[in-house]
Amino acid sequence: MDYFLTEEQQMIVDVARQITDELIIPQRAELDEKEEFPHEILGAIAQADLFGLYVPEKYGGYGGGCFEIVLALEQFGRGCVGVATSYAASALGIYPVLLSGSEEMKDKYLPEIVSGTKRAAFALTEANAGSDASGIQTTAVLDGDEWVLNGTKQWITNGGEAQIYTVVAITDKSKGARGASMFVVEDTDPGFSYGPKEKKLGIRASATRELVFKDCRIPKDRLVGRKGMGFIMVMKTLDLSRPGIAALGVGLGQAALDEAVVYAKQRVQFGRPIISFQAVQHMLADMAIEVEASRALVYNAAKHIAAHPESMSKASSMCKVFATDMAMKVATDAVQVLAGYGYMREYPVEKMMRDAKILQIYEGTNQIQRNVIGQELNKEYTRNS
Amino acid sequence: MKIVVCIKQVPDAKDVRLDPKTNTLAREGVASIMNPYDRHALEAGVCLKEQYGGTVTVLTMGPPQAEEVLRDAVACGADEAILVSDRAFAGADTWATTYTLAKAIEKLDGYDLVLCGKQAIDGDTAQVGPGLAQRLNIPYITYARKINECTREVIRLERMTDDGYDEVEMDLPALLTVVKEINEPRIPSLKGKMKAKKLQITTYTAADLKADPNCLGLKGSPTQVARVFSPEMRGDRSMITGTVAEQVEQLFEKLEDCLS
Ligand SMILES: Cc1cc2nc3c(=O)[nH]c(=O)nc-3n(C[C@H](O)[C@H](O)[C@H](O)COP(=O)(O)OP(=O)(O)OC[C@H]3O[C@@H](n4cnc5c(N)ncnc54)[C@H](O)[C@@H]3O)c2cc1C
Repeated sequence: MDYFLTEEQQMIVDVARQITDELIIPQRAELDEKEEFPHEILGAIAQADLFGLYVPEKYGGYGGGCFEIVLALEQFGRGCVGVATSYAASALGIYPVLLSGSEEMKDKYLPEIVSGTKRAAFALTEANAGSDASGIQTTAVLDGDEWVLNGTKQWITNGGEAQIYTVVAITDKSKGARGASMFVVEDTDPGFSYGPKEKKLGIRASATRELVFKDCRIPKDRLVGRKGMGFIMVMKTLDLSRPGIAALGVGLGQAALDEAVVYAKQRVQFGRPIISFQAVQHMLADMAIEVEASRALVYNAAKHIAAHPESMSKASSMCKVFATDMAMKVATDAVQVLAGYGYMREYPVEKMMRDAKILQIYEGTNQIQRNVIGQELNKEYTRNS
Repeated sequence: MKIVVCIKQVPDAKDVRLDPKTNTLAREGVASIMNPYDRHALEAGVCLKEQYGGTVTVLTMGPPQAEEVLRDAVACGADEAILVSDRAFAGADTWATTYTLAKAIEKLDGYDLVLCGKQAIDGDTAQVGPGLAQRLNIPYITYARKINECTREVIRLERMTDDGYDEVEMDLPALLTVVKEINEPRIPSLKGKMKAKKLQITTYTAADLKADPNCLGLKGSPTQVARVFSPEMRGDRSMITGTVAEQVEQLFEKLEDCLS
């Protein structure tokens, strides 16, 4: 369907599509197999100016927002969600700086992100703090001109591959929801190290690691925004970035649909291409409807978020749930259409099915997103009655 | 450093046809692309610019629609684009082409290095690079596969040969033709595409070049195509299969049969 993109938005799609078709798709199976981080592809993405899509022009970026990165992520997701996650996690990691950082902080880090010389990562999750972020135990204590961090973050995307880490740590346990703060930790900071790389079901081109802080000392001015605002920044950051995860779902769903239709046209059983069987046709039709409906929702949610930063949550959660549940279903159905061949690594759909699962888990599980939507509905209807 | 890259718009090799009557390429309805070797020349130019500073000017001789390849080149990092276009240039062979390109390059505000692809995939002559250097009266090296160093005075590079490479050095200004081994051409960037869209393209006509009309286009082209034909397939082909040892044995048997 035509979404009436502007000429410049279409250029973003074209550049991202060319990178996807010429670099990501030819390499994805090998990167997955070897669990290899896509350095070269991220280099090409940087050279094509796509790391600056969401960064204001005054720091060298393109000056776009949620919608522009959604357009790029949809394409990358069509190629490989592992590669795309590595790109997306850098945006997630730098959003706290973009949203709440001081001018000096932005001047220092944003140009490095735009040029691709540095990547970012976002560190919230810990062993005992998944959906319930309030369970975090990493602490930051001010000691003279330095903050001293202690604790361990778990499953951090781009861990070991990023140079700039935004880390949430408790600064005052007694303050509850106002007890956490956001910090920037650099890869070279003393007392900062990594755990081993995780072995995963899918998105195996992405790197997921533990971050270990042992008396990690950082300068005082690495506090992002104000003390005690950590959890609020987390909410805003995730609200802004979730449509990107939804876009990965749209891209993956589209790719799975494409594979399934092409295969169904050429696979002959009982003397006919299997696409002529209604059971197969209807499956493909449902897949197509769901992909398109997701795209429409994600595009519009992203535009809504760009225009209404004060009310991001519901739109952000709705598009994330819908598009990523769709991706899981469509990828599973694509494997069903290709059946035995689909189950083999020779075809890309089994990887899509493995990769789709993470989209329902990270950046807040789809259950948690439904909680958010439910709470928002409750608030809205209380306000309106 | 001022770098000039000569690029050509060619029909996409995927759907090239010959017009059986005129024996010329039927270009109607065939997608056009930048000659693939020229893309490597452009990338080499842009890399040199990024490393040593300077500007990259792309130049193409062709019909007005050849503007597309110039915009493509700007999207991939070129700074300026010049379209050398005039009805009088039509039908040029490599002799007339090098004359015209040389005139256009001489009209520029100086240059240090001219880069060309080793050949164009439509004509396949590989004559334009060397011919152009001759016209400009500058030294040239063909089949460059790696540039080791480049200053405004001298360039050091590797030239690909059949069985390896030569390390060569040449004074600038000079001309290079490049092979595809020299680099991996980049994907156009977003900023490049935006710039390409807005770019004013300069056009040089025959009059602008103050060219001798007798040296241009068909008139200035000594080459005449007598006949174009597809060579007949000759000989039998067969595939040898099996282990390497079996294959070698079979091959020897076949060779012996041929010789006896
Ligand atoms: C590959 C990968 C990459 C990741 N990258 C990052 C990263 O870069 N940075 C980062 O900070 N984190 C990252 N994470 C962590 C991720 O965000 C968490 O895994 C996620 O938030 C869920 O937490 P959990 O896995 O501990 O699940 P739990 O919170 O233990 O949840 C278990 C189950 O219970 C359900 N559940 C829990 N609470 C509720 C509730 N109140 N209502 C209803 N259902 C509930 C959940 O939906 C889920 O089904 C990553 C995780 C993975 C697997």
